[in-house]
Amino acid sequence: MSRLGLLQHELRNQQRLFWRSRESAVFTFLLPIALLVLLGAVYGDREIDGVQGSAYLLAGMLGYGIVATAFAGLAINLVIRRESGVLKRVRGTPLPGAVYLGAVIASTLVVIALQTGLQLLIGVFVIDADLSASAGALVVALLLGTVCFAALGLAMTAAVRSGEGSSAVVTAVYLPMVFISGSFFAVERLPGFLEAIAEVLPLTYLLEFVRSSLIDGEGAGASLTAIAVLLLWGAVGLVIALRTFRWEPRTA
Amino acid sequence: MPAPAIEVTGLRKSYGQREVLHGIDFAVERGEVFALLGPNGAGKTTTVEILEGYRSRDGGAVSVLAEDPARAGSGFRARIGVVLQSSAVYPSLTVSEMIALFAGYYPGPREPSDVVELVGLEEQRDARVRTLSGGQLRRLDLGLALVGDPELVFLDEPTTGFDPGARRRAWDTIRGLRELGKTVLLTTHYMEEAHRLADRLAILRDGRVVATGSPAELLATNGAVEIRYRRAGELVVLRTDDATRTLHELTGQALADGLELEGLEVRRPTLEDIYLELTREEP
Repeated sequence: MSRLGLLQHELRNQQRLFWRSRESAVFTFLLPIALLVLLGAVYGDREIDGVQGSAYLLAGMLGYGIVATAFAGLAINLVIRRESGVLKRVRGTPLPGAVYLGAVIASTLVVIALQTGLQLLIGVFVIDADLSASAGALVVALLLGTVCFAALGLAMTAAVRSGEGSSAVVTAVYLPMVFISGSFFAVERLPGFLEAIAEVLPLTYLLEFVRSSLIDGEGAGASLTAIAVLLLWGAVGLVIALRTFRWEPRTA
Repeated sequence: MPAPAIEVTGLRKSYGQREVLHGIDFAVERGEVFALLGPNGAGKTTTVEILEGYRSRDGGAVSVLAEDPARAGSGFRARIGVVLQSSAVYPSLTVSEMIALFAGYYPGPREPSDVVELVGLEEQRDARVRTLSGGQLRRLDLGLALVGDPELVFLDEPTTGFDPGARRRAWDTIRGLRELGKTVLLTTHYMEEAHRLADRLAILRDGRVVATGSPAELLATNGAVEIRYRRAGELVVLRTDDATRTLHELTGQALADGLELEGLEVRRPTLEDIYLELTREEP
């Protein structure tokens, strides 16, 4: 079978696995959507950082959804599969490892396309966000963010030893990032040292890029710094993943 | 005669400072069932995982289906089937889905529904994998190893933890593999299993092959006969390769002395005896 055929075969499987898992379907997919609806009622038309509350929140929840799905969900699932021995089992078949991981990332893209699509619909029609979107730049932002965080998620798997602990460890990394980077509120209200951390986190730049394209209608050219930082983080994640990714359980 | 399916010479492997395989030699002919037999920690799984391509070796030569598994790729993995020591599957898939998934990984797979039948899981066809019993899970694992229609099947402790009935059913399935013309390499720590299934076997102890051959050859070459009797209530055990002479001398002496050899017994060792003798821990 061709590599493309194998990729499609595995992508179908990854989709089936994702939607059959309650953890994936509820916490990874639905939570960012549910938070948008709930907080949308709270933020409303209050201004945050000079921007309408609903619009600010929509941008924040798009970023949060990408981190929850491409980084946290992907890392947790792969660690659980590695520790249960499934990855080792798959590695013993003719399916190339790169095709397997390619299908995992492609499946993540499918989920994020649905997730962000629903969030945008809710943003416009339910919480009345004032948007002036540059569609092309927004798509670039969401795609680049997904690929960057998927690479970081792959790199993260090496740092987690057990399947049982994976959810706790990964959450401990991404949840503080979501707050510090400003998914829920503006970064300027943070103490100085947290603001300094926020200055280097990839989500900070993804959110900047999303706001600029979604709310201000700026093209991708206006976010070159953000693009460079995301590419850099993605490259770092990829290099770490290539060096440290394991197919066999760590706890034998 | 075609080249052997597996040829291993001088295979060495260390984990850190500790050498676990000290130069292993054996060969598996095409179409035969070969057992690697030994106690836990003898190096069976390490050996098999080197042959499957999971682990690198530190010395020696290995040829599996005329390829070096350390460098072989997808084409090689399409020709082998692997059952690892512990079962690993996606718990949320059904038996049929799991087998169809793996079928899609291979260039020339068997019909998935035939495989379900082959491993006796027809009734569990639509059951989620997480609801299967340990024995059913192991049979699914075997199905996954067979669905690619491999030439060579590795079975690492395929029946460990089975009750006797399940073990017998698994044996029937493995015998069926030979009839399909497959070459099978299985590991086990049950001598009975090796005896019932294997055309030939190698006994491993502490990373060395201590005996190899067919069950009949092992009996012939390790055939020291045991003679037991009681003298003044004390059990006496003699081991001899020359049973006729020993017995003649022993009974002649007893007759001359007018003694009765109480409880006189002459027995050939079973394969189990030979195995226990060969793998006994050094004091």
